[in-house]
Amino acid sequence: MLLIHCPYCNETLPELEYAYAGEAHIARPANPSEVSDEEWAEFLFMRSNVKGIHYERWRHLHGCGRFFNAVRDTVSDKFLTTYEAGAPRPDLDTLVNTPAEGGK
Amino acid sequence: MTHFSAFSLLKNALTGHKNWTEQWPDAQPKAEYDVIIVGAGGHGLGAAYYLATQHGITNIAVIDKGWLGGGNTGRNTTIIRSNYLYDESARLFDHSVDLWQNLSQELNYNVMYSNRGVLMLAHNVHDVQSFKRHVHSNRLNGVDNRWLSTEECKEYCPPLNISKSSRYPVMGGALQERAGTARHDAVAWGYARGAAARGVDVIQNCAVQAIRRNDDGSVAGVDTDKGFIKAKKVAVSASGHNSMVMATAGVRLPLESMPLQALVSEPVKPVFPCVVMSNAVHAYCSQSDKGELVIGSGTDQYVSYGQRGGLPLIEHTVSAISEVFPIFNRMRMLRKWAGITDNTPDRSPIIGKTPVPNLYVNCGWGTGGFKATPGSAHVFAWTIAKDEPHPINAPFTLDRFRTGRLIDEAAAAAVAH
Repeated sequence: MLLIHCPYCNETLPELEYAYAGEAHIARPANPSEVSDEEWAEFLFMRSNVKGIHYERWRHLHGCGRFFNAVRDTVSDKFLTTYEAGAPRPDLDTLVNTPAEGGK
Repeated sequence: MTHFSAFSLLKNALTGHKNWTEQWPDAQPKAEYDVIIVGAGGHGLGAAYYLATQHGITNIAVIDKGWLGGGNTGRNTTIIRSNYLYDESARLFDHSVDLWQNLSQELNYNVMYSNRGVLMLAHNVHDVQSFKRHVHSNRLNGVDNRWLSTEECKEYCPPLNISKSSRYPVMGGALQERAGTARHDAVAWGYARGAAARGVDVIQNCAVQAIRRNDDGSVAGVDTDKGFIKAKKVAVSASGHNSMVMATAGVRLPLESMPLQALVSEPVKPVFPCVVMSNAVHAYCSQSDKGELVIGSGTDQYVSYGQRGGLPLIEHTVSAISEVFPIFNRMRMLRKWAGITDNTPDRSPIIGKTPVPNLYVNCGWGTGGFKATPGSAHVFAWTIAKDEPHPINAPFTLDRFRTGRLIDEAAAAAVAH
């Protein structure tokens, strides 16, 4: 069972409270009518599917209901950190060397 | 290669089983091949077998980072069926079921294909309507499937609880009698033996680190743990790791890799005559020839390459099984495991060419690849040999995610494949 830290509720809770919401930092095109089919395919379907450090979205479905981002190792399934949606990607070097809060 | 027969069995029994020869050699890589297949699972080994037997290409290496058939081929619940809704899927999976019928004879290797029937239970009005639609659609496509009443379901599968007061009442079921199970390891072994006998090198414990490309963009070969191997064509069939392997060639795929778990009970005497699937409660179950109940669970919701899976899913699965089959609710489970499945957004596979010349991919089988092993391997071999898709896999392109011509079995099946 994963334990996941919600950055809004500031609590670390079982994964059953959460819904996974796919890869993070994929921005919807600003001008949809000008986007080519290739770019739509890239936005909608193509995923990096990383083996290793993965940036991803979660939703605290049975809690505050809000989306947030997480950095997780997809081999060990350990969370390195979680952070609020809209915040920039955290710096990986610092994360790997100093496990942050919620990195259980 | 020793030909297996009643005579060879008798002969070796009389000499104490000391003279069996190895079934395929543990090959070391040569400097160059016509075709390199990445991934020695059923799909990859089968493709090598069909390339050798049907297309006259034998200078092939099948390379795997682990042992042969140690990935999803050895980790699934061995269910074989073809009752898919859409025309494209029905053709693909029924092609496979056709090939399963005589696979043991063709390979001279007992894959223990058993068409014991797959019964899909309907628990509510929506299930009834949806499954009847599947039955009609299948029959129009010439795919075996028929509707059973509640009582007929009980007759076909006696351990079933059809009490009206049960939490998930059985309102009928769709039965595909041609469907069933097979011995998963034997499929990989049989194809490996058949391919090796025709000159294919099966190279185990040799990870492919990267696909190397020529200046003109076409495929040059693969970098492996044992050095660079040149190849005219490279075909990737690496299940959960397809995204990682293809990324080294600069090809991005619409895949997410997730653990899919399964578990088996302690072995008991034969009690369970068929395969039963219940999409609504998400339980599927059969009994192996060893006597274990083989139970399939669901995928974790998140991307993961850890071949473990989360316990909440096992808990959910076991509670569903206990509800549908109360006679099993005191059975002890022996072990559970997970395989990493590569899932496409429409839950249909991608079999075909890629933007890179001479690079082919067979991926996105998600949670339902085992049943398709012979058919997938057969059309993939065709695609590699002729550099164009077989009519059966022509709709299953990577390009469909650009054109929008999805084959949305995710919406059609809603759950486990």
